[in-house]
Amino acid sequence: MQVSLDAFLVIGAALFCIGIYGLVTSRNAVRVLMSIELMLNAVNLNFLAFSNYLDSDTIRGQVFAVFVITVAAAEAAVGLAIVLSIYRSRDTVDMEEFNLLRW
Amino acid sequence: MKLAQGVEIVSLLVLTVMVVAAALGVVLSPSIVYAAFLLGLVFLGIAGMYLMLNADFVAAAQVLIYVGAVNVLILFAIMLVNRRKVYREVKLGAVRQLVAITVCVSLFALLLYTNLNTVWLLTPEVKALPSVIVALGQHFFNEYLLPFELASVLLLVALIGAIILARREFIPDRQVENLELVERPKELIGVGEE
Repeated sequence: MQVSLDAFLVIGAALFCIGIYGLVTSRNAVRVLMSIELMLNAVNLNFLAFSNYLDSDTIRGQVFAVFVITVAAAEAAVGLAIVLSIYRSRDTVDMEEFNLLRW
Repeated sequence: MKLAQGVEIVSLLVLTVMVVAAALGVVLSPSIVYAAFLLGLVFLGIAGMYLMLNADFVAAAQVLIYVGAVNVLILFAIMLVNRRKVYREVKLGAVRQLVAITVCVSLFALLLYTNLNTVWLLTPEVKALPSVIVALGQHFFNEYLLPFELASVLLLVALIGAIILARREFIPDRQVENLELVERPKELIGVGEE
């Protein structure tokens, strides 16, 4: 018995599904951003698992993982700034109250 | 079974339990501050998994960027916007929860099924490169040079954009008599509340 690719893929899938659940059901906007971070980490785990088990000579998956981390950091900064700005104007972070563009 | 394999399996099990439990805590915990700290735990556990996958540089970057920067940023945002407020009930809240759970569980089942029924083109023997960092650097400065430079531009744009978005644009219309720092009027909160 040996640790195989499947184990990492299953962990990544579980983490991604937990992230989607949090993204859909959270009321707090900051928690929505945290769920997005969970999903990005699941994707990164898949990249690195494939990079190790399918492509261990030229580790291109790790290059992609570094790019994903970069974009995730930029996304977190801009997303939290948007949440802060919405909080200033609407005085709440409840996702159900953000209906400015709905109708 | 060799000793190294046993150690590998046990550490993967421990990391898996830690990551999944902390991720569930992030999503389900009633207190958002605890959720933020559990998110840090998730990031650390995933960094451990990266080490098991022969990715030492990415593991270090994960600890530095996610635990050191993103998590601290999230905690700052929570401190700035957190005010305990009872959320208004939405229509069909329970039905929404049920639909979300159904979708997530069935997506997980689909991913599991696909994963177990796919034959991957595995390399016969996984062996770690002598230096991962050298290989990564050669990738970055040969075929991925343009995305690498674009990433730096993206980071600059995100930096300036975040500053512009979060800047305080409150100009008081009343005359300030005493010299004081003008703030938007805020409610006082008691000690011990979140």
